[in-house]
Amino acid sequence: MTDLTKRQFLGAVGSTAVIAALPKSVFAAPLSYDLAPVQVADGIWMIEGRTEYFSAENGGAIVNCALIETEAGIVLVDTGPSRKYGEALLDVARGLNGRGVAGVMITHHHPDHFFGNQVFSDKPIHALPETRALAESQGDGFADNMYRLLGDWMRGTEPAPPNTDVSSSVISIGGRSFETLPLSGHTGADLAILDQKTGLLIAGDLAFLNRAPTTPHADLPTWRAALDVLTEKNASAILPGHGPLDTSGASLAQTRDYLDWLEATLKQAALDGLDMVEIMDEPLPDRFAGMGAMPQEFHRSIAHLYPQIERDSMPLGQ
Amino acid sequence: MRITTGLLTAFFATQAYALDAPKVELTDPLDTGMWSYHQINILGNPDKIRFDERVVVKAPVAAEDSFNVPVLVDATALEDVKQMVFLVDYGPIPKILTYWPQKAEPKLSFRFKIDQATPVRAAVQTGDGEWHVGSTVIDAAGGGCSAPAVAYAADDWEEHLGEVRGRVWPEKGRVRMIVDHPMDTGLADGIPVFIIEQLQLADNLSGESLARLELHEPVNEDPAFTLYFGSNGVGNEVQVTGRDNNGNEIDAVLSAAAVQ
Repeated sequence: MTDLTKRQFLGAVGSTAVIAALPKSVFAAPLSYDLAPVQVADGIWMIEGRTEYFSAENGGAIVNCALIETEAGIVLVDTGPSRKYGEALLDVARGLNGRGVAGVMITHHHPDHFFGNQVFSDKPIHALPETRALAESQGDGFADNMYRLLGDWMRGTEPAPPNTDVSSSVISIGGRSFETLPLSGHTGADLAILDQKTGLLIAGDLAFLNRAPTTPHADLPTWRAALDVLTEKNASAILPGHGPLDTSGASLAQTRDYLDWLEATLKQAALDGLDMVEIMDEPLPDRFAGMGAMPQEFHRSIAHLYPQIERDSMPLGQ
Repeated sequence: MRITTGLLTAFFATQAYALDAPKVELTDPLDTGMWSYHQINILGNPDKIRFDERVVVKAPVAAEDSFNVPVLVDATALEDVKQMVFLVDYGPIPKILTYWPQKAEPKLSFRFKIDQATPVRAAVQTGDGEWHVGSTVIDAAGGGCSAPAVAYAADDWEEHLGEVRGRVWPEKGRVRMIVDHPMDTGLADGIPVFIIEQLQLADNLSGESLARLELHEPVNEDPAFTLYFGSNGVGNEVQVTGRDNNGNEIDAVLSAAAVQ
């Protein structure tokens, strides 16, 4: 105590009190996305999302994004679930190419795919016209739910709909050409992108691999027709919306297999008079049970699809 | 003076008991702070009531669609069930529906509109007058009670009002039905309450009453129910009758599917 002056002593006590009074979150690890780009083709990197559902643990980093090098800079495909994620993507892009981001393409209007747009609002953000309309009409509703699910990861995020309509079958940016495939089925508008230099197909959420497909806005016959179109492209590799890079076409086959099984299962359940809770109790086939986000996505799909399937199946009373 | 204070204390304690506490004070396993209130106001402050694991309430952990939350309540582990009351702790209109199983098993599937994350309760009364309560919790983004019905997006909804779709599975002892109705809660701007209030099921040949339902505002648009009977406990044809609060009648006969 002899070496400690009164001022030092009081200072030490004072700072202890200040520390105690500060909110705990100041000392929690800051939320940050650890995005690791992996090269998947000549001048194309992917950020692979976790094959999970949204949670406060994963910050919504459950989606695949692509970064494509052009002479004008990086073209991004999909911008992730939050503003913070968009900022992390921008850092990755700058690390890959000194010119930064030249433009953005958005595959569809689901929040995990376009909520990073804010960061790129001064760039052309290409999407199908219907995607833009859906992002405008449903973006705020998505944001409510994303804030609820992800909490502080969403800080400062506001939905920024795409600003440039995709209206031609080929888009060229910085000397690199992309074939645009205007499809639908997973949502009302799904853009698939075929890189003409490498033959890599960016399928958006028309293709999932080892992660359960999601169906909140799905139309199953249209989705299957879109899978036909993608299969005919014989791409050199496929970047699914969720799950690892697909070099064999397995994502298209698996997505189709799952959608076929899902529809058949729900139709049979309607014939058996089951209610939704009873269907949720049914075991998943082994080939689907191990997919990421199972059985939650199966349960969600029952809620999305069963009421209409059942209605179509039930005869009218006399 | 000391005696007066004591008497006053006793008096106020009695008053507080009479105003706030139910006749039977239960320890709510979910500890929501609302259960006692519903016990008094919805169940009528019964003399005999307990939480009972034999009343199983099954529902998804989270409501994917706030307008159509499925619930399955199974009280078949109890004997002599007279009525089943389904309610939520948190919501602008807590009471969902009452079911009198009569000839059916004390088990029902239904859907409802959820307004926020809440416990769902099933209070089941047996012939001895005792209530048995089961619960589960459903997380939700919410808003299901205060949005307009989807039906109004279609021009022809009135033509389908009160139509019943459904089927009977006699060998499985199962009846499933969907009744077309907007089920307006009165909480959406400018749209008054418009709901089905009563549904009855009867054997179409004998006329024997099989089960009865009293619906409230939270039941989903186009209410959907599965009723359960023992194997071969229901005939090939079931008549569904009912009425909504505007006096529209519901009357349809559901049949067993032809053997395939």
